[in-house]
Amino acid sequence: MSIETMPLSKAINAGLRKAMQDDPKVLLMGEDIGPLGGVFRVTEGLSAEFGTGRVLDTPLAESGIIGTAIGLAMRGYRPVCEIQFEGFIYPGFDQITSQLAKLTFRHEGALSMPIVIRVPYGGHIGAVEHHQESPEAYFAHTAGLRVVSPSTPNDAYWMIQESIASNDPVMFFEPKSRYWPRGEVDVERNPLPLHATAVAREGSEVTVIGHGAMVTTLLQAADIAAEEGTSIEVLDLRSISPIDWEPILASVRKTGRLVVAQEAPGFVSVASEIAATVTERAFYSLESPVLRVTGFDTPFPPAKLESVYLPDADRVLEAVDRALAY
Amino acid sequence: MSYTAATIQLLSPEGSLVDSDAGAEYRQYIDELTDDQLREFHRQMVVIRAFDMEATNLQRQGQMALWVPSLGQEAAQVGSAFATRPQDHIFPAYREHVIARIRGVDPVDIIRMMRGVTHGGWNPAEHNNLHIYTLVIGSQTLHATGYAMGVKFDGASGTGDLDKDIATVVYFGDGATSQGDVSEALIFAASYQTSQLFFLQNNHWAISVPVTRQSPVPLYLRPSGFGIPGVQIDGNDVLASYAVSRKNLDETRVGGGPRFIEALTYRMGAHTSSDDPTKYRTNAEVQFWQERDPIARFETYLRSLGADDAFFAELAEEAADVAADTRKRTLEVVPPPNEFIFQNVYSEPHPRIDEQREWLAQYEASFGSDA
Ligand SMILES: Cc1ncc(C[n+]2csc(CCOP(=O)(O)OP(=O)(O)O)c2C)c(N)n1
Ligand SMILES: [Mg+2]
Repeated sequence: MSIETMPLSKAINAGLRKAMQDDPKVLLMGEDIGPLGGVFRVTEGLSAEFGTGRVLDTPLAESGIIGTAIGLAMRGYRPVCEIQFEGFIYPGFDQITSQLAKLTFRHEGALSMPIVIRVPYGGHIGAVEHHQESPEAYFAHTAGLRVVSPSTPNDAYWMIQESIASNDPVMFFEPKSRYWPRGEVDVERNPLPLHATAVAREGSEVTVIGHGAMVTTLLQAADIAAEEGTSIEVLDLRSISPIDWEPILASVRKTGRLVVAQEAPGFVSVASEIAATVTERAFYSLESPVLRVTGFDTPFPPAKLESVYLPDADRVLEAVDRALAY
Repeated sequence: MSYTAATIQLLSPEGSLVDSDAGAEYRQYIDELTDDQLREFHRQMVVIRAFDMEATNLQRQGQMALWVPSLGQEAAQVGSAFATRPQDHIFPAYREHVIARIRGVDPVDIIRMMRGVTHGGWNPAEHNNLHIYTLVIGSQTLHATGYAMGVKFDGASGTGDLDKDIATVVYFGDGATSQGDVSEALIFAASYQTSQLFFLQNNHWAISVPVTRQSPVPLYLRPSGFGIPGVQIDGNDVLASYAVSRKNLDETRVGGGPRFIEALTYRMGAHTSSDDPTKYRTNAEVQFWQERDPIARFETYLRSLGADDAFFAELAEEAADVAADTRKRTLEVVPPPNEFIFQNVYSEPHPRIDEQREWLAQYEASFGSDA
């Protein structure tokens, strides 16, 4: 076993390096990803190591980045695109949803689109507008895209490589508030397949589930609840599309209660989908309705209000209490 | 490092007037300026630089999430802002602090955005038509073009009356020229023949990406393919910025069709306070531009016109006062109430917003008065 300790940003960097070493067709594209190493330094050193032919510091155009990645993929490359912040993905939205997502279907299988789009997302960093949002539902709603989000350095290291190996387009959402905390990475053994839901902490009375940075909040909530004598099971969704239902249903069969948490607004969201599906498939196991704890259905507010907007452990526990009260 | 034979320069880096054939058609606009106006140009440049440095300090001390310095770009901004007329509309990107100030925006309102208490900061209708900042690169070029289309449909431009015809100015950067939105704005502007000035501040960098990545040819050539004339100026020459903008604005406002100015300038500071420019640019390049500083050369020019030490000393004092006042009022900025999250999401009542506002109020109340 070979364990290294590193932050999530470095784990993605290591995963990208490994993928680039393993397959000469893998290339990186994005704004400021060359000498600067990206604004979060995720691609630091890769341009020097692999050259500007494999790390493309592109012109400032997201539609251009995604659209040309599509052409490169048609030519046999495996582009990994970096979007600088989630709020700047929309100039590329047409290329992602109308083109990238549908090309395999339109070619009736004659073509695959092995493109990864890395998107730093989420709040908790006190930043200005467009730098703290969680737009994953837009992409999960689009057939043809796979959507994942690691929450730990270990998952980040493995999931980025699995995403690059996928022959389908993968939206890879990186919880930017988790870029810096360090964690253990087992660089020899891949723990789980890309689309698996993981049990982050075992418990017996209530299941809580989330993805990305929310997993940290859920673990905090579970700690607090444990002190108060309540046993919470924490699930890390990891894959938003497809969703690995069995571990979720198994947990609900055990606890009978489910709280779904996310930073994104709740309306027509990942949380909505989980609530609906669990209700359909585990109705007789449920002791209470599935409850959602989400960002409000408003624009992400100015940073001074982010702590009010973003669900914290208290808000999760408020829902846990409601679930237990049924 | 990027001046071309076509670059219009009216004031040399050494601070003396340049006599050139290319500049001749703009000289009359300079000749019309009074001493007081020239001093006002300088005053605005010096004051905003002091403000900018204070804002940078405030950011370093944790008073703002981010600061976007305009250091080095003062002349491009001051000249073009003074070239506008009161009725004009201005769509900035996010670095146009002195333009906002000249149009009556309190620069502390810009700080409020970077401090995380607002996504806007001011009402354009109450601030001489200075629209709010746009952080999504290039988007505002389309808004400006649409605005100018509306102005034209209303008959509020193109009548020939310089004091009434409205021109619309949009500011954007060299990086922005790569965005599809900017090309589309040029297409719409040309197609509808708007009364509009595209003002490009080529500060040579889009964060860490050099302008050569965006275009292998000078960017003032870009609009000609769209049917819009482009001109390149020394953007660190406040006189060129003023005169060339003034001429193009007055020509477009009366119906001469859209115009495009590429102002060659330089981002002397970091892209933002989060950036580390030592990773991607050389000291030699920074030094090249330091020698072409917009403020130093204009001071030399004003001295040659008779401005004395007393004038500059007084100005330095005023700048220091503005900086001190900025610091004081920044520290006094209060965060908005929770309620702010739900206000103005829609302009008319919306049940989901009402429900969630109510939920939050009750939730907060559940913690009791000491929460
Ligand atoms: C659509 C979009 N993509 C990416 C970004 C991130 N970003 C912010 S500023 C910037 C560089 C802009 O360069 P330029 O247009 O030259 O303006 P400057 O900052 O130099 O004034 C980038 C890439 C953004 N704000 N919007
Ligand atoms: Mg620039």
